[in-house]
Amino acid sequence: MPYDVLIVGAGPAGLAAAIRLKQLAIENEKDISICVLEKGAEVGSHILSGNVFEPRALDELFPDWRSMDDRPPVDTSVKEDKFLALTETGSVEIPNFLLPSQLHNDGNYIISLNQLVRWMGTKAEELEIEVFAGFAASEVLYDEEGAVKGIATRDVGIGKDGVPKATFERGMELRARQTLFAEGARGSCSEEVMEKFNLRDGVQPQTYGIGVKEVWEIPEENCNPGFVQHTLGWPLQHGPLDQTFGGSFLYHMAPNTILIGFVIGLDYENPYINPYREFQRWKHHPEISKHLEGGECVSYGARVLNEGGFHAIPKLTFPGGALIGCSAGFLNSVKIKGSHTAIKSGMVAAEALYPKLVEKEEFICCESYEISEDEKPQEVVEYQTAMEESWVYDELKEVRNCHAAFHWGFLPGLAYSGLAAHILKGKEPWTLENPTPDSAKTKPADQYSEIVYPKPDGVFSFDLLTNLARSGTAHNDDQPAHLRIKYSLKSLVDSNESLKTYAGPEQRFCPAGVYEYHEDSASGDKKLVINAQNCVHCKCCSIKMPHEYIKWTVPEGAGGPNYAMM
Amino acid sequence: MRVLVGVKRVVDYAVKVRVAADKKAVDLANVKMSMNPFCEIAVEEAVRLKEAKKATEIIAVSIGPKAAAETIRTALAMGCDRGIHLTTDARTDQELGPNSVAKLLAKVVEEESPDAIILGKQSIDGDFGCTGAMLAEHLKIPQCTFAATIDFDAKTVERETDTGTEVVSFPSLPAVFTADLRLNEPRYATLPNIMKAKKKKIDTKAADSLGVELNEGNTVLEVFEPPPREAGIFVDDVDGLVDKLKNEAGVL
Repeated sequence: MPYDVLIVGAGPAGLAAAIRLKQLAIENEKDISICVLEKGAEVGSHILSGNVFEPRALDELFPDWRSMDDRPPVDTSVKEDKFLALTETGSVEIPNFLLPSQLHNDGNYIISLNQLVRWMGTKAEELEIEVFAGFAASEVLYDEEGAVKGIATRDVGIGKDGVPKATFERGMELRARQTLFAEGARGSCSEEVMEKFNLRDGVQPQTYGIGVKEVWEIPEENCNPGFVQHTLGWPLQHGPLDQTFGGSFLYHMAPNTILIGFVIGLDYENPYINPYREFQRWKHHPEISKHLEGGECVSYGARVLNEGGFHAIPKLTFPGGALIGCSAGFLNSVKIKGSHTAIKSGMVAAEALYPKLVEKEEFICCESYEISEDEKPQEVVEYQTAMEESWVYDELKEVRNCHAAFHWGFLPGLAYSGLAAHILKGKEPWTLENPTPDSAKTKPADQYSEIVYPKPDGVFSFDLLTNLARSGTAHNDDQPAHLRIKYSLKSLVDSNESLKTYAGPEQRFCPAGVYEYHEDSASGDKKLVINAQNCVHCKCCSIKMPHEYIKWTVPEGAGGPNYAMM
Repeated sequence: MRVLVGVKRVVDYAVKVRVAADKKAVDLANVKMSMNPFCEIAVEEAVRLKEAKKATEIIAVSIGPKAAAETIRTALAMGCDRGIHLTTDARTDQELGPNSVAKLLAKVVEEESPDAIILGKQSIDGDFGCTGAMLAEHLKIPQCTFAATIDFDAKTVERETDTGTEVVSFPSLPAVFTADLRLNEPRYATLPNIMKAKKKKIDTKAADSLGVELNEGNTVLEVFEPPPREAGIFVDDVDGLVDKLKNEAGVL
């Protein structure tokens, strides 16, 4: 079944691209066929984000969204913006005027990105865009010249032993004249395509943070809708020169919801750091627990975010398609916002692709139901140019050196960010180098001692598996594990290299408890166990695993978390 | 042979449900919904009959809100030929109970004259397990519930019991069958089939337009969560255990 455009991922970027394409089709009275594929069970199932939302791109996509009858769930305006540096028992408030303008949130909204994406999904269906949820793109298809011609969905009905079962169904090939990859950060097809077309030549490696989030329902009288708070310091940073990057967020959303979470830069060096447990113990700080009093935790999840910024953006286009959204990496790590840039990138891609697709009417799939042999897969470089000229690049350029500055320590990093925001604005003639991928940053465990985390109390803090149940994660467990050990690194895993040198950090950084080392009852040796069915598709392991020995591949479609209010 | 299959839209089996604030129902806001697992088994059985050329047409029927049409679409993607959607805004996990559903399905059966009606043995929200039996009674036709295998040629059904299985025979069709877990393993709805299913027809009618009294006679007073499980304790020896069992738990 051929389409004019195939979009992999029904997130903000993917849906924005689809919607914009259809808007152009309606405006120009020339229709094109669009298919959006989503590996989650429903549109939104895998969407997780803080989220303080800058409506800039939404204003462009739906200029009248505020007056729509079925308006998007963007309601809670930011009223108060607090920035605290925490010590173990106390806190210091950093006054607003000292903070870079990027951290000021006037005009922004506290939202559930999950709910916004679901709303965008209904808009896409109204526009008759075909959205198929529950199907995972597992293979990128190439033509004889090596151009992307579409994707194939994953075969299903294979047992845990790798043998096809009675319910085996071969995946489907979806061909398209243009394929947009909108899989979010560290997308599996996107990473493959970046490697195949050398899209990362000349740019810094992408670096990431892991974000762990909970949603709490609190008594309505305690809710202060519009309250935004970010903290640094305890428990992650012990002193002003501490190089571990990360901090927390806490937002009050109408009518009775608290969105709370913790982000840790995956360039951390201490292999004993446990992002999940840092988050849990942070909640006990009096400044934090006071917000959670009388409340109930209703949802939990995790996802990585791009932190590389401007200098880590790859080349965006290749013959047959392009990268949009966080798959490319447009998150502004100083603003801590990437949804608006993701939506904008989807729109810019649509605006660049559309004229190319309808240039020659005889090639339009919508009419002919086939992809013409005469058309060579195009590389729509206009998308790259348009992005470079857009406000996305403008804002990312301003903060291009900020994240790397945190390698001097968090206070110097903060100071540099302030300097960059108020004075330098990215125009400084130097580029702070950041050539090391996150996995190579981890130092051997013998240089550190184990961190003793407090036991969860079941009221404010929880053990991982209890929380994991709140993510709605489910996979059909009779399928091969989707977290694959790279064959070339098999001997590394067999010899327990990660455990021996780094004390097995995968037992700590995975926010779903997938990786464990069990003692073999016979030999007494420790053996790696991969509980793939716990996976929340955050992609942390593919990034931070020592030597990156894990390749993240898609499981059967519809598996993974089922976020609702995230 | 024409087969009618019932499919119900229920809370997905993997969801951790919570009680709504007013304690009158389960909180369904933003909760993932799917086809009832036993209905999937019923659909699979019907589709296999069609593939074995024993059935000529399969109709999927669902009673529920607007979104229940998606559940019918899934049944169509698995292989049913057409769908019937009886719309209702009543809560199908508690307001609309088995007797009402049975009466509504009886009306559909009168219209469509199927030779076999296959339902799931129970839904995973209401868990009544009564609809199939009640439907057979309303229609005064045979019922073979908790089916582990159905043989339409020999007219026998192997049913699950608490102690194993028993084989029963049914005298004639039409008859009602309810699917139990071991009946089959449902197939995946593949993408090509989902695309084809978009073209299949679904007839939509309001459930209260069928002339059926939809009053269950029951009212849900309260919905509450079970008390949280308390932690276990260690006892020092067997005597301590016996003492606890006798004097605290009161089971000896």
